[in-house]
Amino acid sequence: MISLAGRDILHGWGKFVLTSIGLGLLIGVTLTMGGVYRGMVDDAKVLLDNSGADLWVVQRETIGPYAESSSIYDDVRRSVFGMPGVERAANVTYLTTQVRRGGEDTRVMVAGVEPGEPGAPGQPGYLTAGRHLARSHYEAVADEATGFRIGDTIRIRRNSHTVVGLTRRMVSSGGDLMVFIPLKDAQEAQFLKDNDAILQQRRRTAANPSLNRPGVPEMLDGVIASQGVNPYVNAVLVRLLPGADPEKTAEHMRRWMRLEVYTRAQMEEILLGKLIATSSKQIAMILVILAVVSAAIVAFIIYTLTLEKIREIAVLKLIGTKNRTIIGMIMQQAIALGVLGFMIGKVSATFWAPKFPKYVLLEVRDTAMGFAAVIIMCVVASLLAIRVAVRVDPAEAIG
Amino acid sequence: MSGIRIEALRKRYGSGDMAVAALKGVDMEVAPGEVIGLIGPSGSGKSTLLKCLGAVIEPTGGKMVLGGKTIYDDGWKISDLRMLRRDSIGFIFQAPHLIPFLNALDNVALLPMLAGNPDDESRERAMELLEALDVAHRAVAMPSQLSGGEQQRVSIARALANRPPVILADEPTAPLDSERALSVVRILHSMAKQYETAIIVVTHDEKIIPTFHRIYRIRDGKTVEEAGEGRSTAGEIAE
Repeated sequence: MISLAGRDILHGWGKFVLTSIGLGLLIGVTLTMGGVYRGMVDDAKVLLDNSGADLWVVQRETIGPYAESSSIYDDVRRSVFGMPGVERAANVTYLTTQVRRGGEDTRVMVAGVEPGEPGAPGQPGYLTAGRHLARSHYEAVADEATGFRIGDTIRIRRNSHTVVGLTRRMVSSGGDLMVFIPLKDAQEAQFLKDNDAILQQRRRTAANPSLNRPGVPEMLDGVIASQGVNPYVNAVLVRLLPGADPEKTAEHMRRWMRLEVYTRAQMEEILLGKLIATSSKQIAMILVILAVVSAAIVAFIIYTLTLEKIREIAVLKLIGTKNRTIIGMIMQQAIALGVLGFMIGKVSATFWAPKFPKYVLLEVRDTAMGFAAVIIMCVVASLLAIRVAVRVDPAEAIG
Repeated sequence: MSGIRIEALRKRYGSGDMAVAALKGVDMEVAPGEVIGLIGPSGSGKSTLLKCLGAVIEPTGGKMVLGGKTIYDDGWKISDLRMLRRDSIGFIFQAPHLIPFLNALDNVALLPMLAGNPDDESRERAMELLEALDVAHRAVAMPSQLSGGEQQRVSIARALANRPPVILADEPTAPLDSERALSVVRILHSMAKQYETAIIVVTHDEKIIPTFHRIYRIRDGKTVEEAGEGRSTAGEIAE
């Protein structure tokens, strides 16, 4: 039996291909939006994976260090290290900032880690070039996607850092590329005020009679000295000994240290459920709108194609063609449109996804689901046209 | 005799005071191999009669016998009108109404295929008909590539594809000039004779009226049979 749908498509292939390209680009955008969401989720997970931590110790009543600001004393690390079940503990700071590379600003997340401790929680997992941080100041390890190369200089606040190592796929939960610098420099970058502010602070302290008592001159010096110290970090990352129960250890720390402690599962929940939740809903809304628009376009195209064939459908029915055959013709055309559109969309999305500034992850599972959704959408969208075709009176062919 | 016979066929549109009787008891009989003309002024009921004969609308009463089988007797006597149209009735329209995305051969072969015949056999039969109608050389041409006369010949071949006992032709020569119109009528006569098919031609075309074996004039929903003055002409054309 002749494939009526196939013959009709071949007969007007130019129109069909152009329509498929239009639909395909729309499907490509839809797939890309899905990929943007997957990329966000993956970035969040990568951040946790790459930190190498089992527990995150942060300021009480905060959900830091990624979703909220958190500030704890850096000597907390020693107390944490002394807790049962802890293998390693490391101070970290995180600061999202703009750094200049050549004439361009690049947004990065600066992580302060303790130098000379590769493999400790918070350190870059592996390097693609160079070495780990070894000195206490003015060195940096950067994600290679920032564009920095070994020997380049990164200016962060008041200090310049020489790139000594490059790493890969180290990003913040927001997708910003990471640069690792020594902890002390990071603390300074995050907490130290600029020179004018320091002068102002000293003047104000000196003007405060309770801190500048005439009879106790050394008191003012002590207060000013304490103001120049930066004993804060954002979190202590903890790696547990093999076999240690994260939940029990975290509970132990919460009870005795009066700090907030999150396990890996809790931190993932914070990042996915809170930090990127709004963005996810935003993307979901766009996906729904794109799906509805795509369905409307398919429905409109198939409906128009069917209306153009009303006379032929009437003739086909008059000469004894089954409704089933006509329905099959319309549905096959809708599905063919969807399949070709999806192929174009998939190729387009694969082509332009790497050019996006943030990570776009096109998963095979999403592609398969997208394909199924497109086919279902095409079938549903063709129902309107099928309804019209089924109602065509064979008598219309006679006039 | 097979062919088609109708007795006291009636068709009423609407009901109550608004009812309009389009056919008020039409009698007609067309034998196999016969080509008859159905003529009458606009609104006389020609199209309604054609639609009833074509099993696309249901008469209100009367009897229809097609190919020796009663298909209507105050109600349809067969359940599948679609199959009846496919296997037992051929249609030729004023415009050829070929399927634009099928070539000439497949336009004809589609009917046997729809009837469940194998593709090869259907195309073979279609090619025979195209040869008989002298358009075999255009078998692979799309309808848009055919001339008006060629399209009409392909549509005649399509009407004959399933060897129906009756063919209904609705103004088949309307868009054609005199020469081509007579050529189409000549083909109809030839096909009626060759395939033993009864052909009913609805027409306003005065120049082809003399060619029919008989003429049914329809007026106010009733038919009057007239001996066609061109019986002999028909015979000549059939040759």
